[in-house]
Amino acid sequence: MDPAIWDIGYLIASILFILGLKKLGHPRTAPTGNLYGAMGMLLAVIVTIAQMDFGATDTLLIIGAGLGLGALIGYVMAVRVQMTGMPEMVALFNGFGGAASALVAASEVFKLIDSGEWSDLGWLELRVAWIAIGLSALVGWVTLTGSLLAMMKLKGGVEIFGTWYRTPTWGPEWLNYIKALILISIIGLLYMTIEQPGNQDYVIAIIALSSILGILFVLPIGGADMPVVVSLLNSLSGIAAAFTGFIIGNNVLIIAGSMVGAAGLILTNIMCKAMNRELIDVLFKSFGGSDKEQVTRTKVGSDPEEVAMVCDGISKCVIIPGYGMAVSQCQHQVREFADILEANGCEVKYGIHPVAGRMPGHMNVLLAEASVPYEKLIEMDDINSEMGECDVALVVGANDTVNPAARSDEGPLAGMPIIDADKAGVVVIVKRSLSVGYAGVDNDLFYEDKTMMLFGDGKQMMTELVSSMKEL
Amino acid sequence: MDLITLIGLITVFILAIFLGFELITKVPPTLHTPLMSGANAISGITVVGALILLKDSTAIPFMSPEMFAFSALVLATINVVGGFAVTNRMLNMIAGKRGGK
Repeated sequence: MDPAIWDIGYLIASILFILGLKKLGHPRTAPTGNLYGAMGMLLAVIVTIAQMDFGATDTLLIIGAGLGLGALIGYVMAVRVQMTGMPEMVALFNGFGGAASALVAASEVFKLIDSGEWSDLGWLELRVAWIAIGLSALVGWVTLTGSLLAMMKLKGGVEIFGTWYRTPTWGPEWLNYIKALILISIIGLLYMTIEQPGNQDYVIAIIALSSILGILFVLPIGGADMPVVVSLLNSLSGIAAAFTGFIIGNNVLIIAGSMVGAAGLILTNIMCKAMNRELIDVLFKSFGGSDKEQVTRTKVGSDPEEVAMVCDGISKCVIIPGYGMAVSQCQHQVREFADILEANGCEVKYGIHPVAGRMPGHMNVLLAEASVPYEKLIEMDDINSEMGECDVALVVGANDTVNPAARSDEGPLAGMPIIDADKAGVVVIVKRSLSVGYAGVDNDLFYEDKTMMLFGDGKQMMTELVSSMKEL
Repeated sequence: MDLITLIGLITVFILAIFLGFELITKVPPTLHTPLMSGANAISGITVVGALILLKDSTAIPFMSPEMFAFSALVLATINVVGGFAVTNRMLNMIAGKRGGK
């Protein structure tokens, strides 16, 4: 039987990817969608291995070792990661995907050059191969270095030999011209690789410049915009896989890769809209973090007993969680607090900002873990209409997403939609300090008379608040 | 590669891009992260490319094309397995909640 018949397996895998991606977009079918995707991938791998005819057992050993090692590392990482670290993990996996495509391109080009086989290629074949290799390397290396930097920005910094280095955000206007210049140079080098196909120095130069471009691309973008960047890089890693498909002339890579590339771009746009920002502004107008305002104002902190007394007998409370809740893992304490209020006849809702935490949906995942009923999580637009009638707004570790400065026309936060916590009767804010958020803007809400600050670790403060409530 | 094959590949490429644009329409914010993570796992399809390049290798000399392909295989597999596993974990937390209620 013609081994080409196995290609039908690739067709089935492609269909599974299409259905999987479609289903992932709807709440009820999402788990099935993920399963379809995984099945498609398994099928594609099986088909590929089945099509080889094994001359040497060593080949089987090498392939088995690679798959086994990757599966083990990937599985352990996915199972061990904390829910707070999820966004970083997605960024890291994405970088690996981009690197894999870039390495496939590198492997192919060095093989062709080392063996001298390139001289046997026809006119068209050579051009297709070299353009695909160049583009795959460009997009792949940009994805790798960009994703690694994005991951470090999501973490806030890196620890090297016990010293904590904060991830910098830096990007003057002229950096955009440098980036354009690098991109043009890469395209020039791509042309040179076709002119002198046997010279691997041009390929190495493309790799080096692309790696630098990835870093320069993400460097000026503030931490608050990182979800959008990770989503865009995800789209790029799909495109890189599609170019890799051109190198080896394989349909399933092209289908899955370009589909993910396009879908990722749409998702990036949806996420931008949720933040009321334009993609172009996010990418090329540096935002936040660069020049932090010095906080000079002070605010006297409250203690949990006071807050508990204020919360006694209220009829409506909105809880607004942020990254601080994720860091201190206090979602269970938050839920306990809500339970006590509800037992006293108070209506409790959760106001979820689309970019609360470090990724859309971050808060939903954490609160779900603490068994908060899904209908109580209200999206920003819907909760804002009822903030006026809310007695107490409890802000747990959020800052930029409730900063009234966003309503003004100036500053890095201008135009970002926020949850109107300041419209509530009393605002209680659980936060470590008065320090600025990711956008680097001081928050006027902290200093208002109706605001009570609970300074301290989210978990500890919420625990104390809960016990104070019980003592009342 | 002849012209017909190339045109075939380009056709598939363009159509798949249009398909991707149409697939994702309205996604609730809750699903943004799982969708991104799931799509990311699918882009690990480059694992197939790495496998094809390794089909005749019997050894992995240092800094050889085989070593690049092997590294690609490991990284792509991490991307695929880790990506689907992490997406599954996220979805279980979101959906498990809803089912329990």
